Amino acid sequence: MTSCGAPDQSLPAVVAAGATLIEGTISQAGSPVSGAYVRLHDATGEFTAEVVSSPEGSFRFYAAPGAWELRALSPKGYTRGEITAAVGVNRAELVLS
Amino acid sequence: MARNDVLVSADWAETNLTAPGLVFVEVDEDTSAYDKGHLPGAIKLDWKTDLQDPVRRDFVNKEQFEALLSAKGISNDDTVVLYGGNNNWFAAYAFWYFTLYGHTSVKLIDGGRKKWELDSRTLSDETVTRPATTYVAQDQDLSIRAFRDEVVASIGEKNLVDVRSPEEFAGTILGPAHLPQEHAQKGGHVPSAINIPWSKAANDDGTFKSDDELAALYGAAGLDTSKPTIAYCRIGERSSHSWFVLSQLLGQADVKNYDGSWVEYGSLVGVPIEVDAK
Repeated sequence: MTSCGAPDQSLPAVVAAGATLIEGTISQAGSPVSGAYVRLHDATGEFTAEVVSSPEGSFRFYAAPGAWELRALSPKGYTRGEITAAVGVNRAELVLS
Repeated sequence: MARNDVLVSADWAETNLTAPGLVFVEVDEDTSAYDKGHLPGAIKLDWKTDLQDPVRRDFVNKEQFEALLSAKGISNDDTVVLYGGNNNWFAAYAFWYFTLYGHTSVKLIDGGRKKWELDSRTLSDETVTRPATTYVAQDQDLSIRAFRDEVVASIGEKNLVDVRSPEEFAGTILGPAHLPQEHAQKGGHVPSAINIPWSKAANDDGTFKSDDELAALYGAAGLDTSKPTIAYCRIGERSSHSWFVLSQLLGQADVKNYDGSWVEYGSLVGVPIEVDAK
């Protein structure tokens, strides 16, 4: 049984048919930010999930089609972004100011 | 039970890292976080390999728990100070688990590992070992653990609090959005359950909201404080977080965690399920 743990964000995703992935990287001044807490919120602002970015700054969520908000917290700063996801792989890039 | 008895701040933890009688324990599903860096002096417990039976879906039994804590160097009179990743999901789960086996003094670090990291506090990668002890556990306190039959019998009777995300509650997705969708057979929720996501009890940095905010949250969602309560999620760890809020911070009486949770309930033959209209 897979638990609600912290899956490795570096591994390539296995995309099941019909799945909706939101994945991307977080960076600051062109360098990846590892260890950032990246949160997925739904269109109403409700928290849905959180992962910790990989050494390459990668993050990934298995979501559903629709509008989502991404928020990232790190000792280096805070940022947010929005994405409208469709079935398949959806890319999101976050930049810490 | 008051907040100060069960919840300590990161500041307090940092000040008391070497205090006698305290054992700091990081609890995660993925112990690689601990291995890369942990609170100085903290030992680790693995949510799965240490606390779950290796064959059946159940907890380690009393004798196995005694052997585990003895080997880890935890004494009956130690105060166990828990923290972990995932906004303290697994640390709250361990808090509930230690309470289930009757450990007297257990505390949770507010915000857990996340708050510690966001504060840029010191992490250590040193191997920590403690001298072995002879730990004696109590029989499981089943007044805080619910099983499936009680959940079915509680429909429309007790507070059933589903602490998963709204999408999981509605049946749109079967698990948290950072995991592949591979869980229970059916999506939805237990009829009459109210949806109060665990995350509403926490701030973005993982710390718990104030008692007033928490009381307002559960009141507004329709929790009847005169009735017993059963909390559940997918596998029982997020609901431990909410169990902690309800029973330990708000002092609500008769709160149980249904650790079988949706992975069990959503696969049972014949039980009623509600889904939200799309």
